[in-house]
Amino acid sequence: MLEATDITVTFGRHRVLDRAAVTVSPGEVVGLAGPSGCGKSTLARVLALLLRPSGGRVVLDGQPVHRWRHRAPRRTAVGLIFQQPRLAVDPRFTLLDVITEPLRANRRPLTRAHELAEELGLTPELHSRRPHEVSDGQLQRACVARALALEPRYLICDEMTTMLDASTQAHLVARIEAYRERTGAGVLAVSHDIELLERWSGGNVRELAPTLPIKEAAPATGERSSA
Amino acid sequence: MKLRVEGLSVRFRLPGAVVHAVTDARFELREGHCLALVGESGCGKSVMAHALLGLLPANATVTGHAWLDSLDLVAAGERTLAREVRGRRIGLVPQSPAAHLTPVRTARAQLAEALRELGRPETPDELARRAGLRPGDLDRYPHQLSGGMAQRVANALALAGDPPLILADEPTTGLDRPLVEATMAELRRLCDEGRAVLLITHDLRAAEQIADDVAVMYASRIVELTEARTFFTAPRHPYAAGLLDALPTRAFTPVPGQPPELTRLPGGCAFQPRCPRATALCDEQPVLNGVACHHA
Ligand SMILES: Nc1ncnc2c1ncn2[C@@H]1O[C@H](COP(=O)(O)OP(=O)(O)OP(=O)(O)O)[C@@H](O)[C@H]1O
Ligand SMILES: Nc1ncnc2c1ncn2[C@@H]1O[C@H](COP(=O)(O)OP(=O)(O)OP(=O)(O)O)[C@@H](O)[C@H]1O
Ligand code: SF4
Ligand SMILES: [Mg+2]
Ligand SMILES: [Mg+2]
Repeated sequence: MLEATDITVTFGRHRVLDRAAVTVSPGEVVGLAGPSGCGKSTLARVLALLLRPSGGRVVLDGQPVHRWRHRAPRRTAVGLIFQQPRLAVDPRFTLLDVITEPLRANRRPLTRAHELAEELGLTPELHSRRPHEVSDGQLQRACVARALALEPRYLICDEMTTMLDASTQAHLVARIEAYRERTGAGVLAVSHDIELLERWSGGNVRELAPTLPIKEAAPATGERSSA
Repeated sequence: MKLRVEGLSVRFRLPGAVVHAVTDARFELREGHCLALVGESGCGKSVMAHALLGLLPANATVTGHAWLDSLDLVAAGERTLAREVRGRRIGLVPQSPAAHLTPVRTARAQLAEALRELGRPETPDELARRAGLRPGDLDRYPHQLSGGMAQRVANALALAGDPPLILADEPTTGLDRPLVEATMAELRRLCDEGRAVLLITHDLRAAEQIADDVAVMYASRIVELTEARTFFTAPRHPYAAGLLDALPTRAFTPVPGQPPELTRLPGGCAFQPRCPRATALCDEQPVLNGVACHHA
């Protein structure tokens, strides 16, 4: 189980998460919704062990996490598909490099990268292209392949299909579902699209409530909202 | 204001291959109207928008015409495009806006600069409010913005020069439903006041809310161009029908088969390998007459 409890994150004067919690069991799909800016991507980064929260705990399959941003093996247990693919890849890599990089870093066979590319609908002509030579959706498919490369036990999809046409969205969700059924991985699907989340998770959707700005911390421009 | 696109094509040269990104696009967009452009990821939507603004990289070749009133955007030089067109006569909301913001400057500084360059009287706060941002959000640097906030900053930037034509490439990415609706309402209001909007979107529900017409693109070509009402109730092209069926509120099944390779398109209809209605007739390229299909 991937469990986050009482997660608090503060950036400077901004409290972004205030005792947020979410749990994903193996084999389960959990949908996570909430208004823009409420902290979904921040919570996703905490769960993917990429961001140390100011407070709270993350427990991965019974083991409390003490160290963030460290390398294998714990990091590879959770895969994250970032909301913004253009910010999530090295612009010098080809799409195939993007997919093989985690395999190479973990000394796994690189042949898997080709299979993944095909499964995700990246035709061979695209493999040698660099990010600026492909569409946003093509780049996102490479990012999905990269996240699946090391077969994580938990997969966090942060607005994975947010700029994709309906057919490509249905295709990617079907690939992730096939992966989940084959490996028993747990999936956290973050999106604004409630209809998508309802359909994908079979109604297993949580709402992340926005954190009210702390009064003293609110800037003088009047960003405060009343409880 | 009228945009008339006539036989617009874009090719990218790559080592050993040519990408057919846009092929023979033809459409008109008049003031007061919103045209939605939809289609499969990688079919050429963003490239079409960039071609209109002369924003393609050096390996691209653009042919055909795109008349913005009496100015041919394809033939216009970089100077004209930079001084008169971008931001002033045509506003662009780029896809993946976070990648287009300057990392070292706050959102407010970027909006202020755009307004100053365009000689506009509004303040960044007023502009931002129209895009659904709170003034406090503007003090942040791009990396401190959530995905949906970066989108709203990009939307505000595109409106800064009050351009008569707005090319909005996925303007609702990362926005929650109330913000999507507010953004659509704002774009519709601009149309009703006499501007024109080309709305590239995956969000068919948003498109339905404001589009007068819908253009469906597949493998670099517009394959259906019709009134929005017709598209949503009775799409004629088999690909358009497949796209609507893929919605989570409908069958949620993808169009079967692999996306086409734009470096090796077949001579006939590019949808043929995936089309349930294909016959021998489809070896010939269908022409667009409302719909480009031999069996629609
Ligand atoms: N590095 C940072 N420094 C300061 N504030 C930040 C930082 N990263 C995020 N924030 C703020 O934290 C809040 C939550 O951001 P987050 O990206 O988690 O939201 P989100 O729910 O994913 O939003 P969206 O739906 O728009 O993607 C926002 O107000 C954002 O401005
Ligand atoms: N610089 C380039 N060199 C070569 N090919 C390119 C270049 N830029 C884009 N392409 C190709 O042109 C085609 C059209 O890309 P475009 O970005 O317009 O797609 P799109 O319809 O906007 O897709 P998405 O919905 O994923 O954003 C794609 O197949 C892409 O791989
Ligand atoms: S022309 Fe033929 S292959 Fe193409 S969409 Fe129509 S029926 Fe299908
Ligand atoms: Mg987010
Ligand atoms: Mg695009």
